[in-house]
Amino acid sequence: MQASTLASRCMPTVPALARILPGGGLQSGSSYAVRDSATLAMALLAGPSATGAWCCVIGVPDFSAEAAQGFGINLERLILIPDPGSQWLSVTAALVDVVSIVLVRTPEHLAPTEWARLKARLRQRGAALITLGSWKQSDSTLGVAESAWEGLGAGSGHLRKRRMKITATQPSGRLRHAYVGLAELQGTADGTVLPGAPSLGDGDPAGSLFEPRLMKSS
Amino acid sequence: MRSTLPAAPTATRTLMFWCPDWPVTAALREHALPADTALVLVERGEVFACSPAARQDGVRRGLRIREAQARSTGLVSLAYDASLDERAFEPVTAAVETIMPGVQVIRPGLCAIRVKGPARYYGSEEKTAGVVVDTLAAIGLTDVRIGVADGPFAAEQAARATDQLDDDAAPVVVIPPGGSPWFLSSYPLEVLEQPKLTVLLKRLGIRSLGDFAALRASDVRNRFGLEGAVAHRQAGGLDHHDVVARTPPPQLDAVADFEPPLARIDQLAFTMRTRAAAFIDTLRGAGLVCTALHVSLHTESGEVSARRWQHPRWFDADDVVDRVRWQLQGANASDHGLTSGITRVHLVPDVVEDLGDHADGLWGTGPDESIHHGLARVQSMLGHGAVLTAVIAGGRLLADRRVLIPWGDVPAGSQSPGPPARERDQPWPGRLPGPAPATVFADPRPAVVVDARGNPVDVDPRGLLSADPAFFSAGSDGGQRPVHSWAGPWPISERWWDPKGRALHRFQLVDQSGSAWLLLLEDHAWWVEASYD
Repeated sequence: MQASTLASRCMPTVPALARILPGGGLQSGSSYAVRDSATLAMALLAGPSATGAWCCVIGVPDFSAEAAQGFGINLERLILIPDPGSQWLSVTAALVDVVSIVLVRTPEHLAPTEWARLKARLRQRGAALITLGSWKQSDSTLGVAESAWEGLGAGSGHLRKRRMKITATQPSGRLRHAYVGLAELQGTADGTVLPGAPSLGDGDPAGSLFEPRLMKSS
Repeated sequence: MRSTLPAAPTATRTLMFWCPDWPVTAALREHALPADTALVLVERGEVFACSPAARQDGVRRGLRIREAQARSTGLVSLAYDASLDERAFEPVTAAVETIMPGVQVIRPGLCAIRVKGPARYYGSEEKTAGVVVDTLAAIGLTDVRIGVADGPFAAEQAARATDQLDDDAAPVVVIPPGGSPWFLSSYPLEVLEQPKLTVLLKRLGIRSLGDFAALRASDVRNRFGLEGAVAHRQAGGLDHHDVVARTPPPQLDAVADFEPPLARIDQLAFTMRTRAAAFIDTLRGAGLVCTALHVSLHTESGEVSARRWQHPRWFDADDVVDRVRWQLQGANASDHGLTSGITRVHLVPDVVEDLGDHADGLWGTGPDESIHHGLARVQSMLGHGAVLTAVIAGGRLLADRRVLIPWGDVPAGSQSPGPPARERDQPWPGRLPGPAPATVFADPRPAVVVDARGNPVDVDPRGLLSADPAFFSAGSDGGQRPVHSWAGPWPISERWWDPKGRALHRFQLVDQSGSAWLLLLEDHAWWVEASYD
């Protein structure tokens, strides 16, 4: 049996996201940036957590545990550290050692040497780091480009369904996107591609995916 | 069904010492109350035990607590804690064990000693009893009754018979050898504490223990079976119980006294390091691990800070030092200064479990072990309350539904549904329908919602909206966003009978960019509760 040290392992990922992530899923030892969408970050945590991995959320006091549970994240294996204070780096490094996946708020300042050390530790421990907020040094940046809600009218109804256009940008500038529903991210849909939804396409404008009654935005 | 008697009847000369109202005495000593306090211990809303002062006011066991309070003004009522009885009795047993071996604790407050050896050493049974009284008086226990007789049952009755003695006489009743049947003969049958047998015997015309003992043993056995035979022996001054001396338990708790008092936390942590290691080593030596720890800190000014700490696995020496430190940091706002110096640290293992149940497997106990180590490290960096796990509780507002528990306070992986989990299953009218928002602001952010003319939107007391919301600005970014679709107001009225109750209205808004927001309107002010980002 030969251990593959160079090729990084793939963590279980929600199928809807696995399609657009480089390498076909969350890679252990990599870092991902999620541009201001806690929903997307939770969807990334959900895959590993459902298979028994420990997750940790550092410096995100607004993280909703109830929504996390809705995504299938096991709350018993979820650690919250809302306020690491000035010890952001040492806390993150200590947790990278023990848990499989760490979600952090993008640090305001991190010296390149410190980032390199953290990165080495990630690779050594086989953990994945997700930063909430833009983060240039990350291996891949995910974001919600478009979003539409269904179920809400003018003073009536309530939010029911959401469809999102999710983009994944690699450092090379290569962009992939997918149209997914919230239920798909939550794993309540079985992850199959919806009929008529060309899920993969490099830079293909597929705005017609949104049904007419859904609001479209740019 | 034929069955044999448990053991041959013995007549072991027994000294029984009895502390009347032990639960009350224990509670008085624990809470350092004066002896003449009118105190009741309450269990399930009824008086379980009461102090002499309360009894004088007419309080009795079994009264409702309201009734007891009506009878005795200034009544102090505490919850009854059975473990406190045993904990407080431990020093008493230990004190007696230092002067004579073979103490059997029948229950907290009542102890039997085989008196033959001590009587030979001290000269006589009376002198032995006197020594016991003096020893217990030395640890501050003045109300002790002693009875000496041929068996534990007779000795207990003798100890209770000290009530009839004069106040100034020593509270000791010694029944001479062979005199127990005579001593017991005048007692009513109720002291046997066998209600069914008592009723039956009374209907047969037998009224006292003497009458009962006069029956032939074989007849009693044939008619009343095993229980009757045992009671018959007790009535005759014999006893099938022998005095079984306890083995004194190993001293597991640790006390560290500091002279001069320590004024800094880091000093204390440094000094505690070796004490904690010795404490853990003692436990390890007894084949035990500690999973819950009781730490009490005594300061120079007389304050006591006591807290129970749980551990997801079991405490090692560093964990103990951390808990002592956190307890101090939690009690004081500042990190290093204390209000007064620490004079004593008392570590009591609250729950101990067998080392074998917690031993590491040959290839380790699995991946979770490293998690515990890692999180313990982070906790010692940031403090106990900084590393949290979340539990979903019941509630209408999203912030209420999230309960954060410090890591280690609830054993990880336990499936026992606590109060939050039970509350969660209640219907909670007014809770949020649909998917839960991913970002719930720990502190709601102020927002502004205006209608098409730019006037603030409000809800009148009848729950009607003044105008449809057209623009809103949420929190930091400040810019006005056009409202694309919205729903509300959804009224939430919590605890209208309570001044702290809240009445508010909830709205869902979707702006032109497709982001959805959850807004609250309370007292004409808008807040962003959560964001579906």
